[in-house]
Amino acid sequence: MKNRRSGEKNRMHLCLPALSVNEGVARSAVAVFCAQMDIGVTQLADIKCAVSEAVTNCIVHAYKHSAGMIYITVTLYEGGIRVIVKDKGCGIADVKKAREPLYTTDAENERSGMGFTVMENFMDRLAVRSRPGKGTVVIMSKRISAFPEKE
Amino acid sequence: MIHTDYGYEVRSGNRLLRVCLYGEIDHHSAAALRQDLDELLLRERPLRLVLDLSRIEFMDSSGLGLLMGRYRLMKELGGVTAIERANAGIMKILRLAGMERFFEIAHG
Repeated sequence: MKNRRSGEKNRMHLCLPALSVNEGVARSAVAVFCAQMDIGVTQLADIKCAVSEAVTNCIVHAYKHSAGMIYITVTLYEGGIRVIVKDKGCGIADVKKAREPLYTTDAENERSGMGFTVMENFMDRLAVRSRPGKGTVVIMSKRISAFPEKE
Repeated sequence: MIHTDYGYEVRSGNRLLRVCLYGEIDHHSAAALRQDLDELLLRERPLRLVLDLSRIEFMDSSGLGLLMGRYRLMKELGGVTAIERANAGIMKILRLAGMERFFEIAHG
């Protein structure tokens, strides 16, 4: 298949409305899909948490004033996984600022401002692309060793 | 159906309030927990709140917001907040956010 990353083993596309009940649905579905790899419980928990953060951002920020869909693509490849979470919401004006720990635009609703920090720390790589008024794409990847860490 | 149960159990006495949270804490569940816990705190007015996290199966940064919010309310009420029995996964996110600065944390 064209444009397929070499070593790709499997791929899942998931499309969900931006409803808070789907935060749990999204992270559970991604975890079930990733569990077909030789992956440790801790790594799987990290991925679940990172996905939950990305999906919550879509619901709380991207589609704060509108309804919309969240598009999740998970790719399993030799040695790792990649998760892409995309929305067509309001976008982020200053991505660098948004990625700072404890920065939030929604403190009154007890947002901790730790979402991107969690994604960064729980995954190995994080890239965020956004255009105000167009939407945001979050790309996260994590190396999965053939021998999972001891639990 | 994916189970997203959450809630809490309470024991109180001598102005000590022990709340055992269970289930998954995310943005979806945090709003209801926040309201229930605040009603409880304002009614009981404890001097010490202990949050037992041993039965929490999942928590993301929305949980951090929930914990910090209750810490602030307890501070306003003149009390302290402690976290007990958090598992390794929960400890990881608590440490990442530097929650030891605010809470007494007794490890799991």
